[in-house]
Amino acid sequence: MIKQKLVMVGNGMAGVKTVEEILKYAPDAFEITVFGAEPHGNYNRILLSPVLAGEMTLSDIMLNDLAWYADNGITLHAGRKVVQVDRVRRIVRADDGTEAAYDRLLLATGSNPFILPVPGKDLPGVIAYRDIADTEVMIAAAASHRHAVVIGGGLLGLEAANGLILRGMDVTVVHLGDWIMERQLDRPAAELLQASLEAKGMKFCLGAQTAELLAVEAMAELGAIGVATSAGQSQRSVRVGSDTDARVAAVRLVDGRVLPADLVVMSAGIRPNTALAEAARLHCDRGIVVTDTMQTVTDPRIYAVGECVSHRGVAYGLVAPLFEQAKVCANHLAGFGIGRYQGSVTSTKLKVTGVDVFSAGDFMGGDGCDEIVLHDRAGGIYKKLVLRDDKLAGAVMVGDTADGAWYFQLVREGKDVSQLRDHLMFGQSFAQSHLGDAGHQGQSQAALLPDTAEVCGCNGVCKGTIVSAIKEKGLFSLDEVRKHTKASSSCGSCTGLVEQILASTVGGAYQATDKHAKPVCGCTDHTHGEVRAAVRELKLLSIPAVMRALDWKTPTGCATCRPALNYYLISTWPHEAEDDPQSRFINERAHANIQKDGTYSVVPRMWGGLTNPTELRAIADAAEKYKVPTVKVTGGQRIDLLGVKKDDLPAIWADLGRAGMVSGHAYGKSLRTVKTCVGAEHCRFGTQLAMDMGVKLEKMLFGMWSPHKVKLAVSGCPRNCAESGIKDVGISGVDSGYEIYVAGNGGIKTEVAQFLAKVSTDDEVKEMSGAFLQLYREEAFYLERTCHYVERVGLEHVKRQVVADPARRRDLYERLLFALKDAPDPWAEHQAESLAKQFKTIPIKAVLEENRHDLAESVSA
Amino acid sequence: MTWQKVCPLDDIPMFGARVVDHGGDAIAVFRADGDTVFALRDACPHKGGPLSQGIVSGSGENARVTCPLHGWNIGLASGEACAPDEGCSHKFATRIESGEVWLDV
Repeated sequence: MIKQKLVMVGNGMAGVKTVEEILKYAPDAFEITVFGAEPHGNYNRILLSPVLAGEMTLSDIMLNDLAWYADNGITLHAGRKVVQVDRVRRIVRADDGTEAAYDRLLLATGSNPFILPVPGKDLPGVIAYRDIADTEVMIAAAASHRHAVVIGGGLLGLEAANGLILRGMDVTVVHLGDWIMERQLDRPAAELLQASLEAKGMKFCLGAQTAELLAVEAMAELGAIGVATSAGQSQRSVRVGSDTDARVAAVRLVDGRVLPADLVVMSAGIRPNTALAEAARLHCDRGIVVTDTMQTVTDPRIYAVGECVSHRGVAYGLVAPLFEQAKVCANHLAGFGIGRYQGSVTSTKLKVTGVDVFSAGDFMGGDGCDEIVLHDRAGGIYKKLVLRDDKLAGAVMVGDTADGAWYFQLVREGKDVSQLRDHLMFGQSFAQSHLGDAGHQGQSQAALLPDTAEVCGCNGVCKGTIVSAIKEKGLFSLDEVRKHTKASSSCGSCTGLVEQILASTVGGAYQATDKHAKPVCGCTDHTHGEVRAAVRELKLLSIPAVMRALDWKTPTGCATCRPALNYYLISTWPHEAEDDPQSRFINERAHANIQKDGTYSVVPRMWGGLTNPTELRAIADAAEKYKVPTVKVTGGQRIDLLGVKKDDLPAIWADLGRAGMVSGHAYGKSLRTVKTCVGAEHCRFGTQLAMDMGVKLEKMLFGMWSPHKVKLAVSGCPRNCAESGIKDVGISGVDSGYEIYVAGNGGIKTEVAQFLAKVSTDDEVKEMSGAFLQLYREEAFYLERTCHYVERVGLEHVKRQVVADPARRRDLYERLLFALKDAPDPWAEHQAESLAKQFKTIPIKAVLEENRHDLAESVSA
Repeated sequence: MTWQKVCPLDDIPMFGARVVDHGGDAIAVFRADGDTVFALRDACPHKGGPLSQGIVSGSGENARVTCPLHGWNIGLASGEACAPDEGCSHKFATRIESGEVWLDV
C-alpha cells in the first residue's frame, strides 16, 4: 500500500495530539511531515506557568522530544515557518524554501497573542506570553530587573504575574475589566481571588486602559517624578541616551497614572492564527472555519485543529476541547469517519499554587436561572451554583474547589438535580450520603466517582480507563499512569484525583496515607491489591508459595497477613489452593465464636430463620446436656448457645447434627444468615414468598468464605420487615418481582443498601445476588465489607459487571457455584477423630510438693 | 519443678497449640516453625484471653502468639508482650525427646 502524504503545519499540542491518535488508529496510513516554527519538539504549553514559577523545568514539560519524531518515522522541520500553501499543486512551502507535497494537510497553526496597538509596543522588554522563548525572556528579566507590568488579568496573565512574583519581581496587573478573569469568574469570586493574590504581593489596576509604553528617554522627559523607584533608577540612568536599545521603563495609563515597568507582559487575549489559511483562500471567520469532522469548509483535503479553528462560531483556547478536536480529526483521517466534534463545555482551573479557583459552564446566571451561593468572605470561600430547569448550568468556586469535577460532570451530563438540590452546595460526599451512597471510611473523592466520570479533562480520560489501565497493566505510580493513560499529563490540575484513583484501585507506595496503598502488614511491602493480583496471575496455591513469590520479609508471616493470604488463595483458586487452618482466626478454626472467658458460642444454621420442633428439642437437650449457661435468639434469626467449653464442641455438634442441623458459620468471614420475613406465605401484605426465597439463597451460599462477613435478607414487600435495606445483599419483594439492594450495613455506621437491579424470578435473584457476591469475593480486600468495597470501586463498576453484562454475570455466578460445590459442613467434618482431638485439653497430673522428687527421678530414669 | 510428658509432637498442629490442664491451671503448649515448642500460662497479660487459641507465627526467639481476644502479641520464648504493649505470661520450659513433648511444671 502506498502511504498517503500527511503534512502538518504547526507543532503544538493539538496538532501533535492528532498525529499521536493517527499513529494509534492507523500507524501505516500516512507518511507524516511536520513543520514547526519553534526549534523544539512538542511541549506542554499549559505548563509554561509552573516553569515560570520555578516549579517545573523545561525538560519536565517536553511531551514529544525530537527522538519521538524520528522513532515514529515523522519528518520534522523544526524552526521552519510555512509561508505558503499551494492548494492546486498540493504543496506547502516554508520560509527557507523547504517544500513538502501533501495528500492531506493539517493546519494547527494555533493562535497569536493580541498585542495592544499602543505606542511603545515594540520596545525591548515588551513581550507576549505564549512560548518557551517568552518564558525565557521573563525568567531572564526577573533575574536582573525589578518592576513588571502584566497587561490583562485573565487566566494566563495572572499565572504570568504569579510566576514573576515568585521570581522576585514587583508585579502590577493592569486590567481593562472591572474585575479579573471576567470570562471565568463573577465579581464576588474575582474579588476573593484578587484578595488572595494581593496577599501574595500582586498589585492590581482594574478598569485601567493602557495608553502607551514608555522607554527610558521618555521617562526622562516626564521627569520620572514620583514614578521610578530608587532601585530602578540607577539602571535606567545608565541607559539614557541610547535610542536603539532603550528598554521599556514604564506603562502610562489613559487616566494618567504611570507604572514603572522593566518588563511588560501582554496577556490581553489571543487571536486565531489564520494568516496562512487566509492566504490560501480558506474561509476564515475569527478562526479557520471547520465542519464537525474538522475539515475546512473550503477544501476537504485540508483539516484544521486547535486554537486556529472556528467551530460553529466558537474558537477554543483551552486544551480539553482541542484534544477532543484532535481525536475527531485523527478518527476521520484514519478513515473511520465516525467521530463528530459537537463543541465543548469548558471548565477552568487557575494554576496558581495555593489559590484554588474553578469555574465551568454558565456561571453568570441571569434570567430563568436560580443561584445557590455560599460566600464566606473571612474564610476565603465562595461557591456559586447556577441552576436552570432543574439542571446545573454552571459553577464557580474560589477557595474550595474539591467538588469541581463533580459539578463539571453534572453540568456536562445535564442531569436533573432537583433531588439533590438541598444538598448540592455541600459537595458530592454530603449530597450522596443523603442518598445512601457513601461510606464512613474517610472517603476519597475518587472512590465516589463513577467510572464514567471524566478525571482528566485535558485528555478526556475517564476514571474507568484509568482504573482498568492500573489493573491490567499493573501500574503503581503516577508517572506510569500518566504514561499509559495520559491522565494528568497536560495541565496537571487533576493530579490529586488521579493519585486518589491510583491509591484506591490497587495502591501505590508513594501515598502511604491511603489505607489501600499501605502494605498488607510489616511482613511485606506489597499491598492487598498487589497480593491479590499475584495470587491470580502467578497461580499461587499456598501461603509459602505466595511468600516466596513476593519476597515476604518474615519466614512465616504474621497474624495479619496469613489470614488475608489464606482467603486470597481459597477464593481465587477454589478446590485447588491449600486451605491452612492455622492461618485462620480461631473462630474459623474452632467453628465457633470465642467469648471473653475463652468459652465458645454455638449457632446451628436455621435456613432462612426457620426451625421446627425437632430442631428446637435437640437444641434444648444440648443446652441441658452441656450445661449451656446462656441461650439467646440472635439478630440473624437463629439460636445461640453461649458458654460451651471447647472440649465439648465436637460432641454438641454431633448431637445437633443428629437432628439435621449444620454449622451456622456465625463465626466466619463468610455467609452468616439470610434473614426473612414471613412473606406471602402468611402475611396479608406479602407480595413474594420471602421465606422460600431466603432458604433458597441460604442453601445456595452455604459454606461461602468471603473477605468479611456477609449478611442477606429477603423481605416479602417494601415494608422490609427483614431489614433488607441494611444488608450486604437485601432482597425486597414487590408485586412484579424483586428489587435487589447491595452494600448495606447495620454496623458501626449504618449504611443504606444501594439499589442494584430489579428482577422478576427467583432464579434471577439467585444469579444476580450470586454474581455480586462473587465479584465482591474476587475483588475486595480481606476484611473489607461490601459497603467499603463498593465505596472503593464504585457502584457503577459493580453494575457494569453484574447488571449490564449478562455474560459477565453468568460467568461470575458460575464461578461462585463452582467454588461452593460440595461445600462441607465443618461440624460434621470435625467428627473425625484426627480433627476432634485438637479440641481436647490434655490433662497432666498436678504434682504435689512431696511427690516431686520421686517423679523427677522416674522421668530421668 | 518437674518434667512431665505431654503428648507426641505431632498432636500439636504446626503453628498451633494444645491446652494442658495442670490441676485446674491451663497451660498453652505451642508449636512454632522448625518444630520448636513453647509453653505459657494460657492467659494473656491483657485480659486473660486464652493464648492457646491465637495465631502462632515466627520461629525461635521471634516466635509469637497473637491473643484471639484483642490482638496482643506475646513472645513465646519470653512470655513478654511485644511493644508497645506491656505485660508477661508465665513461661514453662519444654523439650522434645523421641518425638514426645515434655513440660516442666
